[in-house]
Amino acid sequence: MKILICISKTPDTTAKIAFTDNNTKFAADGVQWIINPYDEWYSLVRAIELKEADPSVVLHLVNVGGADSEPIIRKALALGGDEAIRVNADQSDSYFTAAQIAQIAKEGSYDLIFTGKETIDYNGSSIGGMIAEILDIPFVSHAVKFDLASSQTTIVREIDGGEETVQVNLPLVVSCQKGMAEQRIPNMKGIMGARTKPLKVVEPIATEALTSVVAFDLPPAKAGVKLVSADNPEELVRLLSEEAKAI
Amino acid sequence: MSVLVFIDIADGQIKKASFEAACYGAQTAALLATKAEAIVLGTCEADLSVLGQYGISKVHTVSDAKLNHFDSQVFTKIIADAAAGADVIVFSNNTTGKAIAPRLSARLKAGLVTGAVALPEVSAGFVVKKSVFSGKAFANIGINSAKKIIALNPNAFNITKTDGIAEVAALNSEIPAAAVTVLSVNKVTGEIPLSEADIVVSGGRGLKGPENWGLVTDLAKLLGAATACSRPVADIHWRPHHEHVGQTGLAIAPNLYIAIGISGAIQHLAGVNRSKTIVVINKDPEAPFFKAADYGIVGDAFEVVPKIIDAVKKLKGMS
Repeated sequence: MKILICISKTPDTTAKIAFTDNNTKFAADGVQWIINPYDEWYSLVRAIELKEADPSVVLHLVNVGGADSEPIIRKALALGGDEAIRVNADQSDSYFTAAQIAQIAKEGSYDLIFTGKETIDYNGSSIGGMIAEILDIPFVSHAVKFDLASSQTTIVREIDGGEETVQVNLPLVVSCQKGMAEQRIPNMKGIMGARTKPLKVVEPIATEALTSVVAFDLPPAKAGVKLVSADNPEELVRLLSEEAKAI
Repeated sequence: MSVLVFIDIADGQIKKASFEAACYGAQTAALLATKAEAIVLGTCEADLSVLGQYGISKVHTVSDAKLNHFDSQVFTKIIADAAAGADVIVFSNNTTGKAIAPRLSARLKAGLVTGAVALPEVSAGFVVKKSVFSGKAFANIGINSAKKIIALNPNAFNITKTDGIAEVAALNSEIPAAAVTVLSVNKVTGEIPLSEADIVVSGGRGLKGPENWGLVTDLAKLLGAATACSRPVADIHWRPHHEHVGQTGLAIAPNLYIAIGISGAIQHLAGVNRSKTIVVINKDPEAPFFKAADYGIVGDAFEVVPKIIDAVKKLKGMS
């Protein structure tokens, strides 16, 4: 049983969002980088739990990124990945990124591919579905629960307004979200061990980029809050009805 | 040469997010001087010709109960065949759209923008504005491929109706075998889906315990609103995970968001700051949420919210 876990590098959730170079680039100065929370807390940790239940499970991490991704890859190895592959390219277009990961998946013949449901920077929710299509295998998105019995998986996925329990055979791609597992912190043994775990760097395959960023914008600033006295909440209801026309 | 809109149905009815996608698709078609058509998969009780009122000229249907549960692989194959003549394919960026649009993008080598918030800019190239950094910024993305796919954020585009009746025609399509078997469906009935709700009432740790959630649910019920919560509230299991809005939960953009007892951490704001009007009720005047709010009350929720409920009842002529 081999699992490929896709790991992306994103700014910390408290990072200030600003842009440089005529609003074409994210201002990365002073930004703390983390493993995309969906990739780490739900997808990676659930995969580690599967390995804890069955030590024969092998966990490989894949990241598409420059050398500056290596600290977050080492952290993922410290949490519990066995080895990692970094495709040495910048992530710009989702199809380009998905094609790189699909290539790694083909070469490594994995039974299962985990992604987070989206990254918290680009919010694309695209990589998992694209990998599945390139490999022509099933894709279950927004998984909140994942169980495995021999080659059959039982997954609870989120749908609009509820949940669905589905059954799918391996191999498949699953995008993971909250509910799959609980956040963990790497322990000292993990951190020490991660230093010597294999981290292979490969060059990207030639792939066309289907999209490109033209420019970023920031939303207009709010005009400022209109405070209503706590003794007079009726005034708030009046404002919402007459001024904001929201109720 | 046209725009094709995927219409998502639930329980035999067209979802609100799909009406938004239909209007978006029709207006995109107008920009490109072409027509907008739609595709509906699965059995649907609703009269699909009403899509004409949203600008759709023709609706292609594959009315087969096998398609009432979605398998992204099966849906992608059928839509790819139907989209042979389409330049632009539009989805709602809801859970169904997020599962299908990326597959279709890879299959057709069609550039994809998910989370779109505005019509494409077509004067020079084809540029779509999307929400990024969980609502803290926008990115204008150019699509370079001949075929283009857009997944429109729910509640990001106004529905406009005109007169019109769409032609409805069955599509002769082979349905591939599904790899995904649905064992059970657990839908919260009688509640408004959070992603589609016009009004959302949300509670945080300031409410002190799950036993006090009546304040949130009573106000929500009265306003026809969906209920939500902050991350700590979901983490300590006061409320179910699917109600968590914020950076690592659901990002929403209702017309009105009422936050009760939520301080407004940056991660929470990221999930709600696209709401049109934000109301904050918090007893701490220094709560950061007030900086992002349109209206606020500094006060104790346990005293203020019941008075709001009474005032809304009065407004609605219920007392």
